[in-house]
Amino acid sequence: MNHSRFSLRRLRALCWKETLQIFRDPSSNLIAFILPLMLMFVFGFGINLDSSALRVGLLDEATGTESHGFSAALRASPWLEMSDYESRSRLEQDLVDSRIRGFVVIPQDFSRRLKDPSDTAPVQVVADGSEPNTAQFVGAYVNGVWQTWLAQRAADRGETREREVMLVPRYWFNPAATSRNFLIPGSITVIMTVIGALLTSLVVAREWERGTMEALLSSPVTRAELMLSKVLPYYALGMFSLLLCVATARWLLGVPFRGTLLALIVVGTFFLLSVLGIGLAISTATRNQFNAAQAALNAAFLPAVMLSGFIYEISSMPPALRAFTHLIPARYFVSAIQTLFQAGSLWHALWPQIVALMIASAFFLGLTARLTRRRMD
Amino acid sequence: MSEVVVSFRDVTKAFPRMEAPALDAVSGEIRTGLITGLAGPDGAGKTTLLRLIAGLMEADAGTVRTLDFDPIADAARIRGEIGYMPQKFGLYEDLTVQENLNLHADLRQVVGEEREDSFERLLDFTDLRDFTGRLAGKLSGGMKQKLGLACALLGKPRLLLLDEPGVGVDPISRRELWRKVEELVDRGIAVVWSTAYLDEAELCGTTLVLNEGRKLFDGTPAEIAEPLRGRCYHLRQPGEGKRRLLTAALLRSEVTDGTIQGHNLRLTFRSGVSPFPPGEIGASDEAEWDPVKPRFEDAFIDMLGGGPPGESPLAAQTREIPLDGETVIEARGLTKKFGDFTATDHVDFAVRRGEIFGLLGPNGAGKSTTFKMMCGLLVPTAGTATVVGLDLRHSAGKARQRLGYMAQKFSLYGNLTVSQNLAFFSGIYGIHGRAQRKRIGEMIEIFHLAPFLDSRTDSLSLGYKQRLALACSLMHEPDLLFLDEPTSGVDPVTRREFWTHINGLVERGVTIMVTTHFMDEAEYCDRIGLVFRGRLIANGTPDELKQSAATESRPDPTMEDAFIALVTGKESETA
Repeated sequence: MNHSRFSLRRLRALCWKETLQIFRDPSSNLIAFILPLMLMFVFGFGINLDSSALRVGLLDEATGTESHGFSAALRASPWLEMSDYESRSRLEQDLVDSRIRGFVVIPQDFSRRLKDPSDTAPVQVVADGSEPNTAQFVGAYVNGVWQTWLAQRAADRGETREREVMLVPRYWFNPAATSRNFLIPGSITVIMTVIGALLTSLVVAREWERGTMEALLSSPVTRAELMLSKVLPYYALGMFSLLLCVATARWLLGVPFRGTLLALIVVGTFFLLSVLGIGLAISTATRNQFNAAQAALNAAFLPAVMLSGFIYEISSMPPALRAFTHLIPARYFVSAIQTLFQAGSLWHALWPQIVALMIASAFFLGLTARLTRRRMD
Repeated sequence: MSEVVVSFRDVTKAFPRMEAPALDAVSGEIRTGLITGLAGPDGAGKTTLLRLIAGLMEADAGTVRTLDFDPIADAARIRGEIGYMPQKFGLYEDLTVQENLNLHADLRQVVGEEREDSFERLLDFTDLRDFTGRLAGKLSGGMKQKLGLACALLGKPRLLLLDEPGVGVDPISRRELWRKVEELVDRGIAVVWSTAYLDEAELCGTTLVLNEGRKLFDGTPAEIAEPLRGRCYHLRQPGEGKRRLLTAALLRSEVTDGTIQGHNLRLTFRSGVSPFPPGEIGASDEAEWDPVKPRFEDAFIDMLGGGPPGESPLAAQTREIPLDGETVIEARGLTKKFGDFTATDHVDFAVRRGEIFGLLGPNGAGKSTTFKMMCGLLVPTAGTATVVGLDLRHSAGKARQRLGYMAQKFSLYGNLTVSQNLAFFSGIYGIHGRAQRKRIGEMIEIFHLAPFLDSRTDSLSLGYKQRLALACSLMHEPDLLFLDEPTSGVDPVTRREFWTHINGLVERGVTIMVTTHFMDEAEYCDRIGLVFRGRLIANGTPDELKQSAATESRPDPTMEDAFIALVTGKESETA
């Protein structure tokens, strides 16, 4: 019965074969080495959720010092790029043509009503609601300038005007609230999913398509050897890629990394094992590269982008979808790696994520093991 | 001294979504001391049987004993003892020859001194010593098969299962591979060689012939040919109009089967009847009967109750194209390069109206490339391709309206039904309304497609797919018909029927250009161009080509002999 026993020599030979194939196959190279860097730079530079210097039109119908002061404050804001208009109709036209994101109108009676303590001076702010995110920014920035200007004005006049409540936001973990600092860790999730699920979804299917699986199955190879020979090389490749991404983020893109290497490896390992499990299970079940790639795209890649909390807030999803995200390993990894990057190795915060990823790994690798057949039928 | 190593009784294996079982109560055995042939057309069940023997699949019913074990329950015990070469090249194309050998040696625990010895022995045996550093994907078809054989032989198996080792290999390499395998048999290894070519099966010590999952017969070549003894004849020098003569001969009740062999006819008679006087079918006065040795194919067709009728209902529905003796297909200095690789190298030929012209050569010789340039699917690097006087470089669209094209592997839409395929292909040739309904109706009748109109094309048997593909290519009544490997893997009866249609079309004036690697099929052609490594190495009638290879020891060479003689002659010239 010595033929059916697990053999390290066979496992080593199979892993070596897989490694040679990874390095020789151009598409594997592309997915494993070029794509991660490309995605890092796209997410690092291309996508920016911060809004800076919004183009806003200004119509100053009043002509007093008060309105001049306020419009000067608007122009001085680093977040707004103001341009002056003569008529309301031009403003509206330019807003429709997307030349400006919004506009501010200072009405004729601005100075008078401002001086009257029993009245309030209205300023009209119109924003392009077809892009809600940008519209919010226009409103908030103009309002910010307004509040500051009022406070400044009061101080200048030596008035002890009753202070309204002042909100002074401070962003913990990401003091400048730079979106890159949370987008980059999130994009590592997508990259790991591509390597773990998309690349591996192709490898078992390829062996079936090319007939090499038939030759392997007719040799004394065992099921465990077959499966491990797929998991180990791609685990190594995925970890390499993870470290490469983190290094690129830290030193090339300047994203702070506050966690420890150990925590990164632990979290990375269990996430990688879970996506490897998904990829291999798909590949083993479909035995066809085209179907496997389609399935991996839908089962791993798209959820990692859409439902992991990487771009879209999970807490603002409808309850059913929110519950569904708990089934997606990427969700736990996004949260864990953002913690690692921005807050550090807070083990008590990481444990729940690690446990969830362990369960996912066990489930998907177990599924692969069940699907891995020692026969062709 | 010959020992039974595999026996199987009434094995049956069915697959989901297939109407008929892949294997239906097949019994037989495999012995040492000879090559056991496993023959039959595609879909006959050959691969399934080999997989059952190797323990790669489990039979639904019946028993299999491989090397005295149950191949499923005791799979681990037999795996080290079986060398299995799958039909698709089962080795890693992106690994080198040596890396493939290393992998298989490790998989079979061939280590230490035994490993070095095995490598030495196998590299010598397969003549691959000079290629150990080459990627397996860059080997020629013949070398790939030898590497596959070497890997299968690591660990000294007692049983060697070869699934269609002759596919994709040129005739010279195939003979070499055959000799290697014979050596193995002499060393006591039991060998199974599966093949879709019945002529290949004839060389085996004993053969099991399958058709549609059932055993048709088994035995030694002599045993199989026995019922045909004295029933097969060549009609030599029949005179002009061989195709019409064949039709006339097949109409006679005493003839069960017939084919064209160059200028001659080859007929099989009912047992106990003697040939009729050749004059009765309008043959010339010099015509004479010559008894010939029966072949497997004759036996195969005889077992199925004889060949199809000789008249083509298709021809009756085809308009007459007057024979004007004009050249309708012409290649001049045709060359196609893909990077450094010259797939077609200065090829010249001309085909007259109403002729069958064949391009014959092994896989990868450049037939398909030449062919695709002739129908305007590829633009030549140099030279011109003209069809009905139109240069394909400039007026491919116009020319295509005049030609019908039946692609290799029958490019039909597998997930459309038969009637949808018919409607689509008539539609793209601009046939609409009443004309379309009429033409589709004719095709359904001619090719007996009525029972399958609403079936998905994928679910059809290979023979019906081929009929449907031919019907689709003829929708617009083309003057010229291009057939790319039209009958590979198809059973002999369907192949006969196919050629009956083609012969009928030619009689109506249609010009045919066909590619094939079937030496046998070349016999139907009026003229053949032999293609080897991108070059046209010979061009002539089948008889001329065969005659050129005749020697004293071999006065009546086959097409394959002729091919090998021409190629080896060519090789010594360039060497």
